[in-house]
Amino acid sequence: MLEIKNLHAGIDGNEILKGINLTIKKGEIHAIMGPNGSGKSTLAKVLAGHPSYEVTKGEVLFEGKNLLELAPDERAREGIFMAFQYPIEVPGVSNAQFLRLAYNEKRKHLGEEELDPLEFKDLLKERAKVVEMDASFMSRSVNEGFSGGEKKRNEILQMAVLEPKLAVLDETDSGLDIDALRIVAGGVNQLHNPENAVILVTHYQRLLDYIVPQFVHVLANGRIAKEGGKELALELEEKGYDWLKTAADTGTLGVQAS
Amino acid sequence: MVTEITTRNNSYREAYQVLQERTAPSGASWLQRLRANAFERFEELGFPSVRDEEWKYTNVAAIAKADFQKGVYAESSSRGSGAKELASFGSPETEASQLIFVNGKLRSDLSSVSGLPAEVVALDLSQAIQDERYSEIVRTNLARHADYIANGFTALNTAFISDGAFVYIPKGVVVETPIQLLFISDGAGVNAASFPRVLLVAAENSSATLIESYVSTHDSAYFTNAVVEVALKSGARLEHYKVQRESQAAFHVATTQADLGPNSTYDSTTITFGARLSRHDFSVTMDHEGVECWVDGLYLVTDDQHTDTHSVIDHRQPHCTSHQLYKGILDGKSRAVFNGKVFVRHDAQKTDAMQTNKNLLLSNEARVDTKPQLEILADDVKCAHGAAVGQIDEDELFYLATRGIHPDLARNLLTYGFAEEVIGKIKVDSIRAQLDAAVLNRLNARLEA
Ligand SMILES: Nc1ncnc2c1ncn2[C@@H]1O[C@H](COP(=O)(O)OP(=O)(O)OP(=O)(O)O)[C@@H](O)[C@H]1O
Ligand SMILES: [Mg+2]
Repeated sequence: MLEIKNLHAGIDGNEILKGINLTIKKGEIHAIMGPNGSGKSTLAKVLAGHPSYEVTKGEVLFEGKNLLELAPDERAREGIFMAFQYPIEVPGVSNAQFLRLAYNEKRKHLGEEELDPLEFKDLLKERAKVVEMDASFMSRSVNEGFSGGEKKRNEILQMAVLEPKLAVLDETDSGLDIDALRIVAGGVNQLHNPENAVILVTHYQRLLDYIVPQFVHVLANGRIAKEGGKELALELEEKGYDWLKTAADTGTLGVQAS
Repeated sequence: MVTEITTRNNSYREAYQVLQERTAPSGASWLQRLRANAFERFEELGFPSVRDEEWKYTNVAAIAKADFQKGVYAESSSRGSGAKELASFGSPETEASQLIFVNGKLRSDLSSVSGLPAEVVALDLSQAIQDERYSEIVRTNLARHADYIANGFTALNTAFISDGAFVYIPKGVVVETPIQLLFISDGAGVNAASFPRVLLVAAENSSATLIESYVSTHDSAYFTNAVVEVALKSGARLEHYKVQRESQAAFHVATTQADLGPNSTYDSTTITFGARLSRHDFSVTMDHEGVECWVDGLYLVTDDQHTDTHSVIDHRQPHCTSHQLYKGILDGKSRAVFNGKVFVRHDAQKTDAMQTNKNLLLSNEARVDTKPQLEILADDVKCAHGAAVGQIDEDELFYLATRGIHPDLARNLLTYGFAEEVIGKIKVDSIRAQLDAAVLNRLNARLEA
């Protein structure tokens, strides 16, 4: 589904991603972990097509297509979704209005009929159950005045409505209380199926108890410093990142840094 | 050029004399004198020029030069547009609580106030002056709030006082139904000028909603010069909406003066969409304690439109609160001027004043001159003001893009959201829906629901 090959990217001439290689097949769940500033959000934003980041080397294929050629909205309509680490507020635009617009853009792209406000209301009601979100949030402006946890939950609601092929969830767990974490993780599990894939960016093993990844990748200093199965997350929880950081810098882990 | 302007003024002089002569036999002598004084003042002042600091960015020479004829409509008060078409500008909420004026003249066949409580008064100003039940209230209020000494346009309007609206909410009366004053220009008179005049007096502890609307049936050039006086007595509450949707070729000049009594509440929202050139002088005076007011607005202009808001919020007594949020959306080569003065006088301790002007530029050729001014003479006050001029936020745009929304649509959505902060506070559903639709129409978007 997604193939990242030797991806280098940065901002204003500063290289942040220094050769990422990652392959994701449909039905898989991958976790990306790593210390603050290692480039996790940058990777997510580059995949989503943030205009501030410049890709200097490498390629990204999504279902065989060159993803880097597509504008952010085209990527989204192709089925890529990013849940933001810091969701943006959109004053004056109601959640329902926003979601219907986004949903219909996707329907149009697929050559399907658009839903009218009433039809969409029913759909939204159904999808809101996935994250147990109260109806009162639908008429409020997108994320405006939402608590940190509510914003994160709203991201997953958007995912539930848009049903992406590939969801990149950037620290969706941080800021969630214990109950909300359970609900949101449950939602992601409901939405996950053999036809789609999920990338979880997280700092905490706790999330991975709920959403169990097949693969864990550790990012350090813009490179993948270590990869493994779900047990790698437990190891990190125990040992921290220090041993990896030094290893990644000196290249002693044997992960290629081309 | 001077002679040319003089000639035009002469056509106002003629119309003025005709009015004075026509009304002399039956008219109130105080009104004859008021008109005479105001006309004299107009002749002294003339129309303002850009040399005048308050008119620096707004050149009204076109109004002075154009052959706008006050009075041409008086006879033609045309049946040019069908009653049905005209009535369609009304709102469902005000079907039985509206006065409709066509080219400045009250059309009683289209108006109805049967839905208002019997003790509430809403009628033609000239009738109110004749009616002994109201003549005293009118005499003691008319032109006592809006000063015609300083402003040539106000003087001109005052010199022509005859048609207009008088609204009176008696003591303790709470009017749930909004009252609409609808001023329609129907393009029947070429270069017609109309000078709407409104006097609203809200007695002690009364409560009401006033909608003041300006629309046109044709895209013709005409000149509206309105003066609205609002007097709130102790504990009175008024929600005041001004919706200016004149033709794109029109000139719209207006003065609004609100004098707010003790513990009164005044919540105003001014929407400016229309006119080639519009200017609003809005003055709110708090010469009593315990007043709270909102002086909010939205201007949405494009092409060659020019809009100018000059507001004065005057805190003269302690314990008053004022909120002002004016937002502007500018496209094309349009231009907006916002000049907002907030005065906190020496005695006005414990004033709480908040003023914001935010502008969104959708084109590189649009331009805003914004000048929020805070003048504080008291020492125990809470005041803040600010102005911003910006473009659509790139992070917001990216966020919408990641949800599959095309950048053009995303821009429209964000612009719509920007306008919503003001439009969303309008409590009359049909007016809010109408404005939402108008914003969307301007943006060519489709975001219903
Ligand atoms: N817009 C930017 N301008 C300058 N530097 C940036 C920008 N975006 C990212 N960086 C830098 O790139 C590096 C990687 O940032 P990124 O946000 O990808 O880290 P992260 O792994 O997501 O960290 P965290 O765990 O704290 O979320 C950091 O050093 C950061 O300061
Ligand atoms: Mg991050």
